[in-house]
Amino acid sequence: MRQLHLLLLVIVLCAIGLGLSAYKVTTLGLPLTSSEQAEVWNVEARISFRAKPDTSVKVSLPLPLNSTGYTIIAEDFVGANYGLAIEQDDSGRTALWAKRRAQGKQLLFYRAMIYEDVEKTSETGKPPLYPSVPDYPENFRPVIRDLLDKARQRSADTVSFTQQVIQQLNAASPAPELKLLMEHINNSLRLAKGINWILAGARIPSRIIQGLRLQDGKHYSELESWVQVYDGTQWRALNIKDGQEGLPANFVIWQVGDQKSLSVEGGSEMNLQFSVAKTLRELVDIAESRAALKGSRIMEFSLYSLPVESQNVYKILLMVPLGAFVVVLMRNLIGIKTFGTFMPVLIALALRETELLWGLILFCLIVGLGLLLRAYVDRLKLLLIPRLASVLTMVVLLMASTSVIMHKLGLEMGLSVALFPMVIMTMMIERMSLTWDEAGPAEAFKQGAGSLLVATIGYLVMNIDALQHLIFVFPELLLVVLAATLLFGRYSGYRLTELWRFQALAKR
Amino acid sequence: MFRTLLNLKRAGVVGINRRNADYILRYNERSLYPLVDDKLQTKRLAIAAGIAVPELYGVIEIEHDITNLPDIVSEHRDFVVKPAHGSGGNGIYVIIGRINDRYQHNNGSLLTEEELKYHISNILSGMYSLGGQPDQALIEYRVKFDSLFESISYRGVPDIRTIVFRGIPVASMVRLPTRMSDGKANLHQGAVGAGIDLATGCTTHAVWQNRPVEQHPDTGAPISGFEIPHWNKLLILASQCYELVGLGYLGVDVVLDRELGPLVLELNARPGLSIQIANGRGMQKRLEYIDRLAEIPASARERASLAQDLFVRV
Repeated sequence: MRQLHLLLLVIVLCAIGLGLSAYKVTTLGLPLTSSEQAEVWNVEARISFRAKPDTSVKVSLPLPLNSTGYTIIAEDFVGANYGLAIEQDDSGRTALWAKRRAQGKQLLFYRAMIYEDVEKTSETGKPPLYPSVPDYPENFRPVIRDLLDKARQRSADTVSFTQQVIQQLNAASPAPELKLLMEHINNSLRLAKGINWILAGARIPSRIIQGLRLQDGKHYSELESWVQVYDGTQWRALNIKDGQEGLPANFVIWQVGDQKSLSVEGGSEMNLQFSVAKTLRELVDIAESRAALKGSRIMEFSLYSLPVESQNVYKILLMVPLGAFVVVLMRNLIGIKTFGTFMPVLIALALRETELLWGLILFCLIVGLGLLLRAYVDRLKLLLIPRLASVLTMVVLLMASTSVIMHKLGLEMGLSVALFPMVIMTMMIERMSLTWDEAGPAEAFKQGAGSLLVATIGYLVMNIDALQHLIFVFPELLLVVLAATLLFGRYSGYRLTELWRFQALAKR
Repeated sequence: MFRTLLNLKRAGVVGINRRNADYILRYNERSLYPLVDDKLQTKRLAIAAGIAVPELYGVIEIEHDITNLPDIVSEHRDFVVKPAHGSGGNGIYVIIGRINDRYQHNNGSLLTEEELKYHISNILSGMYSLGGQPDQALIEYRVKFDSLFESISYRGVPDIRTIVFRGIPVASMVRLPTRMSDGKANLHQGAVGAGIDLATGCTTHAVWQNRPVEQHPDTGAPISGFEIPHWNKLLILASQCYELVGLGYLGVDVVLDRELGPLVLELNARPGLSIQIANGRGMQKRLEYIDRLAEIPASARERASLAQDLFVRV
């Protein structure tokens, strides 16, 4: 019954620990190793203009969409002393900068950090309405009708129809009757808008999308326009230059529609420039930002939500259970004797700061000198607590003088001796000298060496970078450690050292 | 190594993990520990139950009372000072007499009154108690061990450790002090352990420093085949201790006094496993047999004879 209970508990703990970790890896994209990095695009829009004197300045810039395939994980607005507001409507977001008075050249920046999503979500939405035929000017009507008729004859569906229209408009030597139309389009409308305008004549739902191709180190003076037509089930994107279908893989959509564009009130010589740069970022950071965007509570309550300083503390603290597990293995499975149960873990923590070899040397030095002084104090026949306090005082003095002497000798490692837990050292000296008196120096050295051995193994385990990362990113894995520890709590087999202890019995 | 493991299993040797997980944790209720960890409490319980223990001369509970030491021991030439919460025989001073105002320690040294008082002060401050808790010092009758043991012990009192499981003795050994153990009857401090046949009360094998030995390392006298006097009485006494404290897995230490016979010296809630080496056999099978028993005989006498029966049978 008791065994079954324990077994169930262990299974439940493992399931929770591993399940949560698996969820974090697969859904949130948290990396299993610390070195994993991902490409992140830094996209910057730079607005410069000259402010007109004595007027207030208002600048509005359409902001990129969280479009399919890309996630904006961070945004940044830079504008000296400008008030900033972000407006959201059906067609997207717009940043509004405003300032009552400005002089000279003005610079505004918008920066976005964009990350390519692993899973591409498809766009859903209401099917658009069929547009009404625009009221074309008298002289263009026959030309447009002719153009649409030609396209209809050479096409099978909406997409090929649109491709025909685009090809006719972009032809190297356009038909003479189209020349006038093209001039009109080039003068008053942009090409994409023109295509839109003509397609409306055939009552084809179409829209313009604008965006950027993500290429490292590129600068663009304007967004690239594409035409999208609705084929009855979905929007299909077409290149307005050659009618090729399909957005390039690295195309990030900035805005849908052409209703909005950069506008500057109270300024002149305005200039907008986009630049794209690729950087590498820790996957952990990205996963964290994305989880926050998705509204995942798990990351909100993760250790990453703590201030960096506390994070560093927990990076170490979370390793302590592993050190304790090492102690469990060493004591209950191997049977190594140590001073105190978890003293080796504390020594291992101190070793983290001092490096292994120097840590061990300094530790032995201090404990050895401490034992000598303790032996001297013993002759004064002091009461227990004053004796402990005086040994503690001597340990502190020993640590300080070790640091000073080693510093003078140019051995900087001596400085790290201050990181040893002095109370732990005092207790170690006291217990070691008691063991020395009661069970002899051999036993005292055996237990002392055992403590250092377990501390060293604990240090080596706690210092595995991959393990540190794993435990910090997936603290729930400690539940698995807990489960293993619980199992060892019912381990009733022999300890390794008992095979030696009872060997006389095994021979019979 | 793997063969050693199998052999140990076959020999029914209990390891520390099994002792803790299957016997101590299951049968020894934590709340009962103070009854055995505090020798003063054990002694008072034993006196109330009519179990023979060494006479208590006095208790020193606080530092100030140390000045009473001369009064307490004034009528006794020899006595023992021990911490109430000591373990493993640590902190026990056996004073065998006095020479020129000095106390004669059984290890041969002479102690001034000052030194003895300092020792008591150390006991009170918790030097020998688990976790350094403040402690009390007991001053009690020094057992004059049976001269039978003279040839096989070196300065100190041999004691007889019996493991009692659910009130039934399972294994027994006599612990003989050596020069190495400084007169203490503790195996890991260098005492010799000799297994006892529960049925006959005769010593069988002996172990010293985890190795089988034939002779006492100091006196050279053969150890095995030595008959323990008052054996049946001693087994019943050990069985009685189960009712006394209610611990299912109990170590009972008994000493044999020349005049008073078997006296219970102390009880132990976590008795060691070296007793198996001293006996040259494991005790797993008997423990398991007793574990399966639905009913345990009510009287200590019956349990003692059951133990003798089991020792031969299982």
